[in-house]
Amino acid sequence: MGIRTLVGMLVVALAVIGLLATQTSYSLFLPGLLEGALLTIEIALLGSVLAVIMGVLAALARLYGPAPLRWVATVYVEIFRGTSALVQLFWLFFVLPQFGILMDAFTVAVLALGLNVGAYGSEVVRGAILAVAPGQWEASIALNMSRAQMLRRIILPQAFIAMIPPWGNLFIELLKSTALVSLITLTDLAFKAQQMNQSTLKTVPIFTLVLLIYLAMSLVITIGMRFLEQRASAGLSRGRAA
Amino acid sequence: MTEKPMVRFDNVSKRYGALTVLDGLSLDIARGEKVSIIGPSGSGKTTVLRMLMTLETINDGVIWVEGEPLTHMEKGGKLVPANLAHIRRVRAKIGMVFQSFNLFPHMTALQNCIEAPITVLGMKRKDAEERAAELLNMVGLSEKKDHYPSQLSGGQQQRVAIARACAMRPKIMLFDEVTSALDPELVGEVLQVIRQLGREHDLTMLMVTHQMGFAKEFSDRVCFFYQGKICEQGPPGELFGAPKNERTRQFLRAVLEAG
Repeated sequence: MGIRTLVGMLVVALAVIGLLATQTSYSLFLPGLLEGALLTIEIALLGSVLAVIMGVLAALARLYGPAPLRWVATVYVEIFRGTSALVQLFWLFFVLPQFGILMDAFTVAVLALGLNVGAYGSEVVRGAILAVAPGQWEASIALNMSRAQMLRRIILPQAFIAMIPPWGNLFIELLKSTALVSLITLTDLAFKAQQMNQSTLKTVPIFTLVLLIYLAMSLVITIGMRFLEQRASAGLSRGRAA
Repeated sequence: MTEKPMVRFDNVSKRYGALTVLDGLSLDIARGEKVSIIGPSGSGKTTVLRMLMTLETINDGVIWVEGEPLTHMEKGGKLVPANLAHIRRVRAKIGMVFQSFNLFPHMTALQNCIEAPITVLGMKRKDAEERAAELLNMVGLSEKKDHYPSQLSGGQQQRVAIARACAMRPKIMLFDEVTSALDPELVGEVLQVIRQLGREHDLTMLMVTHQMGFAKEFSDRVCFFYQGKICEQGPPGELFGAPKNERTRQFLRAVLEAG
């Protein structure tokens, strides 16, 4: 799907929200839901930043690190990929305090979701690095580059392009996982909706708005990643078009 | 007093598990000498170049460059396997051009040629760009300097690759079947550049090739490899004109029939 179609969808989603907001049965809930959405965005954004950092670090450690670092990275990836995000949230929030480690709910949410998605992300980064043609390494050796120079100047820029689409998927996954944070006392978009629904029983307007807001947020991510992909592969695709 | 050879393979062996690719290779190449390596596929000829470029490790023997060990370094009077710092210092004298070009696809022709001079040699961007422009001019691609590899033909890409290798000012250039991936009509332009390079620069050249005509005309010496060993070597006139070894005769006959 082209960027234009996606932008079109986003515009429609926002227009429908705006249109519905002209009716009091809907506009009543909008301020509260947007407040919840703000928390969802904050967690998703910070979680994504942490996920990228952890993904890149774990991938580099597993590929090029000394043995102990490789083990640490492997253990991290397997634990956070192999258990559910919900269990990880509970562990960080309810179990760790038993051992004297106390964190506020927001920090736990960002940490758990960031570490969880980062574990998946490390496989994306690793795969993208390994997918760069061996000839690129060989040419870099023939030009006498150091390992760090090869990675920074030759390998990672090419791997970067390949990892943008799968990271887009992971960011959307992370956005949707934020709905779990209501279980550790945070009032995100999903929780706000449930609260309102329980007190008013206006299920249709509340969940129609929630659906549209989530859709708009994930469309923003998709459009952003598409844009990034186009920019990053500018040189390569210019060639293909010629 | 003879000069030290530019490259010396001293009893070098390469094995992959039970398979011996090169078996006790000894070969000296003089400064400025142009040596062609021919032979059937699987005879170990490409491995010779890859070992010299340190793309492959060796199992036995020592490779020397200008009288200095490349694969080893001296420690307490003995030769021990070289560390990366030593390898990089000696390797700086060697450049290589590959069968599949291996240009960096995310960089323009000019950027391909200035990347290593800036990051590895520490050249100033302006100086590196000047030098790269000269080299791209030499290979006849001045107008293509801002093109990406995917916008260039195979022959053009290979000429950029040659310019990129030259930008590091190597003393030894390795050409690994550099025309094998090209459409027939593009082979000539690449060979022309190599010819010019040999004429105008004081380079020692080692090339693996299937272009027998070019090997005959261009090289000082031709080595015929068979099953991991040099089966026969000599000046091109002799090797092509009157091969002594039956294997060489068979190979040349087969190649000529195919051509």
